[in-house]
Amino acid sequence: MPSAAELMRKVKEQVRQVDPTEVHDAVENGNGNRPVLIDVREQTEFEDGHIPGAASVPRGFLESRIEGSVPDRSQPVVLYCASGNRSAYAARTLSEELGYEDVRSMTGGITLWKDRGFDVEVPRALTTEQRSRYSRHLLLPEIGIEGQLKLLDAKVLLLGAGGLGSPTALYLAAAGVGTLGIVDDDEVDVSNLQRQVIHTTDRVGDSKVDSAEVSVHAINPGVEVVKYETRLDASNIMEIIEGYDVIVDGVDNFPTRYLLNDATVRLQIPVVSASILGFDGQISVFKPYDGPCYRCLYPTPPPAELAPSCGANGVLGVLPGTMGLLQATEVVKLVVSTGEPLIGRLLLYDALATSFTELKVRRDPDCPICSRDPGDISAEEMGVFPDYEAFCAAAG
Amino acid sequence: MSTVKIPPVLRSYTGGEKEVDAEGANVGDVLRSVATQHPDTQSQLFAETGELNRYVNVYLNDEDVRVLEGLDTPVGGRDTVVILPAMAGGS
Repeated sequence: MPSAAELMRKVKEQVRQVDPTEVHDAVENGNGNRPVLIDVREQTEFEDGHIPGAASVPRGFLESRIEGSVPDRSQPVVLYCASGNRSAYAARTLSEELGYEDVRSMTGGITLWKDRGFDVEVPRALTTEQRSRYSRHLLLPEIGIEGQLKLLDAKVLLLGAGGLGSPTALYLAAAGVGTLGIVDDDEVDVSNLQRQVIHTTDRVGDSKVDSAEVSVHAINPGVEVVKYETRLDASNIMEIIEGYDVIVDGVDNFPTRYLLNDATVRLQIPVVSASILGFDGQISVFKPYDGPCYRCLYPTPPPAELAPSCGANGVLGVLPGTMGLLQATEVVKLVVSTGEPLIGRLLLYDALATSFTELKVRRDPDCPICSRDPGDISAEEMGVFPDYEAFCAAAG
Repeated sequence: MSTVKIPPVLRSYTGGEKEVDAEGANVGDVLRSVATQHPDTQSQLFAETGELNRYVNVYLNDEDVRVLEGLDTPVGGRDTVVILPAMAGGS
């Protein structure tokens, strides 16, 4: 049997190797054929400092995770470790057993890279508790540590701790969204508990923002909850929403939806908007200037008799759970910048039929709000729509 | 014959029907056929001028008829017309 040293020498003869300077040049001045850099050291070594832009695939997980980082086997790959030994073994596995066509191992590893004076990125680390709590996110290449850090830094505002806001708040808290703002001026009523799962029977009579905070912290004490025990209106909207990264809209009336639209277009904050009635729900993402806004979709609200609220008409208790979690999913995608957010698309859900219908939503070139520069939208015109006075009078 | 999907807020005007079959060569004809079958939908869909109400969105399959030819958009027998007023329920 060969000694460990002999085996290492043999493996290094079998695999292609590349000098750190050549890797540095390819990455810095990379043209179309820029290699994917894979750090095959242990996660903790990666977190102590790695080559900028490198992805972490520890050698022990190489076979199971490499496709997440390098799905295309013809793509050039450069592997590195601390000194060039583990990456040589890993390179042999990728080229001989997994069929990767252009694999090289970086000689001298990150030690030689550093000696040459090239940059090393030291990522912000998660605590041991956070690594464990978010471990299922960290395993997803689409989220990983970078995505989890984005979630931890994110500020998400929930309009309402009601049917839609309840499941959204619970799952966003669980996902590690760092700051959750909650706007609601209501108190928990026993009739809410059929669907507003963030509240509990023993908290009937408490304010909804306080009750929501208790549940959020029970799931994840690391989340900062900012409570706004008020109704969103023209006098407070700019002050409340400014500084949030994403807004989750579950408000139950049209005047506030138009007001919210206009203010978020002005501040360029994306809104994940859903509504529910009976057994039907709809959801879309309005990302100002990237896609249509709420007014592009609905230029004017329906008359009051066609705009019933859930209180008057009933709603399947599970339905806001389904729609709220679709909203939570869109929030995570927007924060992490992954996937295809529901921008320019309206998804309709019919719970009785168990059917989804997707409709296209176009930007209206004549939209009274988003066809203009954000700075040109004045405070006076925000939330105003034709027949506003009559609508509000009829709606009581 | 096209299928017209009726939104929840209009179903009380169609006797609870979620889908209505309607004849017509274009979107306007199809919707007028719905209004003929279910007269209470007439004032919900159309203004007195005969135009579609501004607050009612109509889609041919997945495309807003406003970006097609409006009520004049041709409709084939296997097409689905979706009527969609805004909804605001959230709590």
